Amino acid sequence: MIKAVYRYRGFIWSAIKSDFRTRFARSRFGTFWALFNPLALVLMYSIVLSAVLSAKLPGIDNRYSYAIYLMAGLLPWSLFAEVVTRCLTVFIENANTMKKLVFPKICLPIIISGIVLVNGLILLAAMIAAFVVMDHALTSQFLWLPFLMLVTVGMGLGVGLILGLLNVFARDIGQIIPIALQFVFWFTPIVYMVEIIPESYRHLMNWNPVYLLIDNFHNIMVFGGGPDWEMLIKAGFFIAILLTFSFYVFRRASAEMVDML
Amino acid sequence: MSGCIQVQKLCKTFKSYNSEMQRFASWFGLRVRARDEHTVINNISFSVNPGEAVGIIGQNGAGKSTLLKLITGTLRPTAGSVSIQGHVAAILELGMGFHPELTGRQNLLQAGGLMGFSQRELAGVMDEMEVFAEIGDFFEQPVRTYSSGMQMRLAFSLATAFRPDVLIIDEALSVGDTYFRHKSIDRIRKYKDQGTTLLFVSHDPGAVKTLCNRALLLEEGILIKDGAPDSILDYYNAVIARKEKEMEIRQYETLQGKLSTRSGNAKAQFVGVEILDMSGKQARAFRVGDEAVIRCKIRYNEDIENATVGIKLRDRLGNDVFGTNTFHLQHNISSLQGEVWVDFSLILNLGYGNYSVTVASHTIDKHIEDSHDWWDQAAVFQIVPGDNYPFVGVSYLPAVVSSRIHEIN
Repeated sequence: MIKAVYRYRGFIWSAIKSDFRTRFARSRFGTFWALFNPLALVLMYSIVLSAVLSAKLPGIDNRYSYAIYLMAGLLPWSLFAEVVTRCLTVFIENANTMKKLVFPKICLPIIISGIVLVNGLILLAAMIAAFVVMDHALTSQFLWLPFLMLVTVGMGLGVGLILGLLNVFARDIGQIIPIALQFVFWFTPIVYMVEIIPESYRHLMNWNPVYLLIDNFHNIMVFGGGPDWEMLIKAGFFIAILLTFSFYVFRRASAEMVDML
Repeated sequence: MSGCIQVQKLCKTFKSYNSEMQRFASWFGLRVRARDEHTVINNISFSVNPGEAVGIIGQNGAGKSTLLKLITGTLRPTAGSVSIQGHVAAILELGMGFHPELTGRQNLLQAGGLMGFSQRELAGVMDEMEVFAEIGDFFEQPVRTYSSGMQMRLAFSLATAFRPDVLIIDEALSVGDTYFRHKSIDRIRKYKDQGTTLLFVSHDPGAVKTLCNRALLLEEGILIKDGAPDSILDYYNAVIARKEKEMEIRQYETLQGKLSTRSGNAKAQFVGVEILDMSGKQARAFRVGDEAVIRCKIRYNEDIENATVGIKLRDRLGNDVFGTNTFHLQHNISSLQGEVWVDFSLILNLGYGNYSVTVASHTIDKHIEDSHDWWDQAAVFQIVPGDNYPFVGVSYLPAVVSSRIHEIN
């Protein structure tokens, strides 16, 4: 499987490029729309929660502190959610191609991961620009971010690949997952801080793998700290098991997949 | 050796389960009985040598397309194996999974990439593909604006941009205009001479005959005959004749959008209309120039003076091609007792395609005033290419050609 992906590396790269082209071919402002969505979200939450409800963020002294916290959480969340939702339908959407051409199907979710990662990097650049405007300090720890983003996309790929495969056979999954993602979103400290969860329940967060990653983004982007290696190793362990499992399911399912499309 | 195809004990079964959970469980080694198993390809074995051109014929649902998909590799076999040496190019169904938003050029790069070519290789043949497709400015337009013929041109250009060791074509040549079809066939022939193996599916036995030197006949997923296209075609005829309601004919009839219509005062009624070949067996496909007998079985309910039986052949568009009757042929129907068989012997010097037979029973030449029974599309048949020279049009006129220098004084 790895060999096949290597052989198709040129194709994967050109597919990532052409995805950008098609997505923006018929809209006027091009790449701008890739940034607009998450930034509009940040703007809305900041206005509603920070200005209207005047939520306070302890430990950081900046009047935009809440917006900064939100951005730091939304960056990994949008990576994760986008990989999952796009992997969910990737096989169904490409049914036509899979029925007519022979190629390693694993390329499809990998292309998606690449597209989402590039999207994420553009978003990161926009956020850094916003930080400069907001007068928020940038530290050398920010250099960890691309690596953490890659790990996040890896987790999304593991979850998305399994769901995408199952969705071919049981289409209900495609309807349930967007709702399930909403639940995960609100059970993860993105809009709120982990400290507002009662002490006695807070340890449950350690079982939320998305939290393990997002907390690292918060540490680096908001508080200027470094990565929490204990959390990262836990997350890495989880991702390794997840990816192994999803590739196993992929191998089993791919034989029957085209029959069902 | 590149271009070799080995198909061994190939089976394809589509399984459906009571619940998809059972399917998921089966991936993890649990033994689950499928609710329904539908076998589409049943234990097929054959091998093809490099440079051979093999046509696969059979009725709808015989498994032709599934077989090609298994050989190409888009479907995985349930049992058995397919091994192909060399580079394979396939045009399955129409198009090649082109993306509607991308332009022709971008699509060639993307689909070509999926076929395993590097972007540099593709850039090298891009001009040639553009010239071969002959779609002009559309090459830079999104594929969603293309007609199906144009998509086919693009797909064929890509599939044959590099000479493949094995070229697999499913029905694709039936789309598009005659000009491009001939151009495509020329290229296929050229590659064939250079050693490319060709696998070709068609519902049209005629196309198989012009392109292939070997044919496989499939029926219900079983390979029932393997041999020269001529003998396979004859056998195919026989198989078809054996079946009363033949799928292709039925499909043709629904294509016409109407069932056969009957009218008349029932003084006489047709019991049946059969088309027979020279050996006296029922047939549905004939070669150009073949002799055929149209047998009208008719029952007379009362004694009719000057009873006449007429036939009319129509092409697939409903144009009258030929018609005559017993009066014009100066034949008196001998006896009007019980069931009478009236045989019209014809030489079918007709163009390739589908034809229908209309029969009528009436008094002398007045089929408007005293029509006993008028039966539209009582039978249908198909004309396929014979041993004669290729031609176009609805009729075959035996032609000779000569040339000489014309001196101008």
